[in-house]
Amino acid sequence: MRLDIAKKALALGLGLALLAGCGGGTEQTADGPVELSFWAWAPDIDKVVDKWNASHPDAKVVVSKQAQGDDLVTKLLTSAKGGNPPDLAQVEFQALPTLVSNDVLADISEGAAAVKDKFAPGIWDQVTLGGSGVYAVPQDSGPMMFYYRADLFEQYGLKVPTTWDEYAQTARDLRAKAPDRFLGTFSANDPGWFAGLVQQAGGSWWSVDGDAWKVSVDDAATRKVAQYWSGLIAEGSIDKSPMYTPEWNKALNDGVQIGWLSAVWAPGVLKGNAEGTAGKWAMAPMPQWDAAKPRTGNWGGSTTAVTAGSKKQKAATEFAVWLNTDPAAVELLVKESGIYPAATSAQEAQSQPPSFFANQPDFYSQAAKIAATSSGFTWGPNVNVTYTAYKNAMGEAISSGGDLVPALAKMQAATVDDMKANGFTVGG
Amino acid sequence: MTTRVSSGRGGAAPKVAPYAFVAPAVVLFLLVFALPIAYTVYLSLFRTEVKGLGLGKGSRSEVFVGLDNYVRALTDSELGAGALRVLGYGAILVPTMLGLALVFALLLDEDRVRARGFSRIAIFLPYAVPGVIASLLWGFLYLPGTSPLNQALRELSLQDVNLLSPTGIYFALANIAVWGGVGYNMVVLYTALRSIPRDLYEAARIDGCTPWQVAVRIKVPLLAPALVLTSLFSIIATLQVFAEPTTLAPLTNSLSLTWTPLMKVYQDAFGRGDLYSAAATSVLIALAMFVISFGLLRVTRSRAFGGER
Repeated sequence: MRLDIAKKALALGLGLALLAGCGGGTEQTADGPVELSFWAWAPDIDKVVDKWNASHPDAKVVVSKQAQGDDLVTKLLTSAKGGNPPDLAQVEFQALPTLVSNDVLADISEGAAAVKDKFAPGIWDQVTLGGSGVYAVPQDSGPMMFYYRADLFEQYGLKVPTTWDEYAQTARDLRAKAPDRFLGTFSANDPGWFAGLVQQAGGSWWSVDGDAWKVSVDDAATRKVAQYWSGLIAEGSIDKSPMYTPEWNKALNDGVQIGWLSAVWAPGVLKGNAEGTAGKWAMAPMPQWDAAKPRTGNWGGSTTAVTAGSKKQKAATEFAVWLNTDPAAVELLVKESGIYPAATSAQEAQSQPPSFFANQPDFYSQAAKIAATSSGFTWGPNVNVTYTAYKNAMGEAISSGGDLVPALAKMQAATVDDMKANGFTVGG
Repeated sequence: MTTRVSSGRGGAAPKVAPYAFVAPAVVLFLLVFALPIAYTVYLSLFRTEVKGLGLGKGSRSEVFVGLDNYVRALTDSELGAGALRVLGYGAILVPTMLGLALVFALLLDEDRVRARGFSRIAIFLPYAVPGVIASLLWGFLYLPGTSPLNQALRELSLQDVNLLSPTGIYFALANIAVWGGVGYNMVVLYTALRSIPRDLYEAARIDGCTPWQVAVRIKVPLLAPALVLTSLFSIIATLQVFAEPTTLAPLTNSLSLTWTPLMKVYQDAFGRGDLYSAAATSVLIALAMFVISFGLLRVTRSRAFGGER
């Protein structure tokens, strides 16, 4: 009798453990109203979702702000392994191959292939990964631009640099005139920023050759960028502390950093971190390697993806397409979340500058011109590994003298080793 | 079985009852302790293998690789370097923290001391601040651009100090742990001190001992068991350091994301999505901790508790 109780307790305990392990998901019937969970981080995106919910009572979307960027990728991987992923997620372009390779994302070509023409080919290629599947709908892009304090530029008699040589000279001139100010910083904490600079220089870290991957993190274009910044660091012409720290926020606020090589979404960040400097900033195209052939890279930019573990993929795909292509939805996304839409028609439709840049009325028409010069880039299946290697190797390089070029070899080795260890075929 | 229990009340029940009584403990132990460990060991023997580009459905599979993950972990220079860094950090942290805790405990135990209750609470309070919050607080104070220390130095036209430099970071991290840990260890030592019979001190005083001699010759030796306990806890906590360097890492170039072995496990598991090698490294770290803790206990037990046997 007592033994039976013990047995029952054991069975109950094991049963609970098994249940927890399996993460009980049940098949939803297609007819009844469904609820879709959506992991996203764009500010105020719930207001856009409310609009969908008002007109689609049969497929209610619930936004959950779980994490941002890389952290969200981690959470998605873990939740997919645990068998309990959300139905939809905001995913950055560079994370798509990693997630597809881990079977986290669903192929939604059936419901989404039709909207291909709404996006620039370079953007669309990033959600198909060059194949026949469609793994996400592009939401926003992040063409890089140069932001500077117009008032301080005038005060010190500086000209807006149009080439990288001019940028270096401007950095030196500023140091000579105001030794406690910097034109910018080289951040060992922001691999996405560095990848954007490399894209502009014409690099592409991954490529596909038949059934094999090719990794070229340590190629000529990347070396050119690393060498350039090593020189500036060695001279002390620019700062070398990471971005997105309390120290950096303060430096933006009190004019210690008077320039920022950033992306189209920078006004939102500046508004949040340095509100007191409103109206003092201006935006210009990136400094160029070849002034005759202007180019830019992308820093950030994200998509809406449907997970492979979702039981309501059809409804989820409908929402993802609506969110990023329906004119009213995109307009609201721009207004509420402050994103730069990936849909081409929406880029052209923007007339009002961001509130932080009221002094630059043609902000978005300039941005659209810059966006048109974006370089392509192929992301690999282990961008997270390369990014971690960047943080570790660049941080070490800066701490021990500032020559960044050897760090590239470490990033290349870490990337290739990880791919080989996982059984990928890596050529060249 | 039921019949046997009901018919032979006197004979069979004692055989069953003990099992029934230990069952809840055993079940819980199996479920929340043994099962996860067994699963970790199981995971550590596998890895994923990818076919082709790895972009199609089901292109990843789990393959058995034996002890491969262990070999890779043991030959990984970053893991070894991380272990050395933790030793360096511990060499600063443990003596400083326990030294301060001992000094404070002895001071509070002095009869002449004033505001004892307030001092005890004030020293203990930082222990209530979670490590992540403490690291954020201290991070603000360390960053050269926002540090009030540097502001003061600049006012005096002295050179800035960068506590987040590659060497400074050891002290910066140890300082956070000392700040948080001194109070807890002090309370443990102080409680042990209060339980020492007062007549020992009186006898010593009659024999002509100064308060200093009472502290060094009587109190400290009698505190040995409590000191062993606090050292053991401190060393284990040191080996597990994770929250502080992880929180400070985004603020500085001096801290890599694999600065300590546990940070590497985290990166492997959630940064690289490789649960298998993370499991192998975890097992190795657990074994190392086990060996170190028991080794330390064995060595110190004979010295600290030897007299009592």
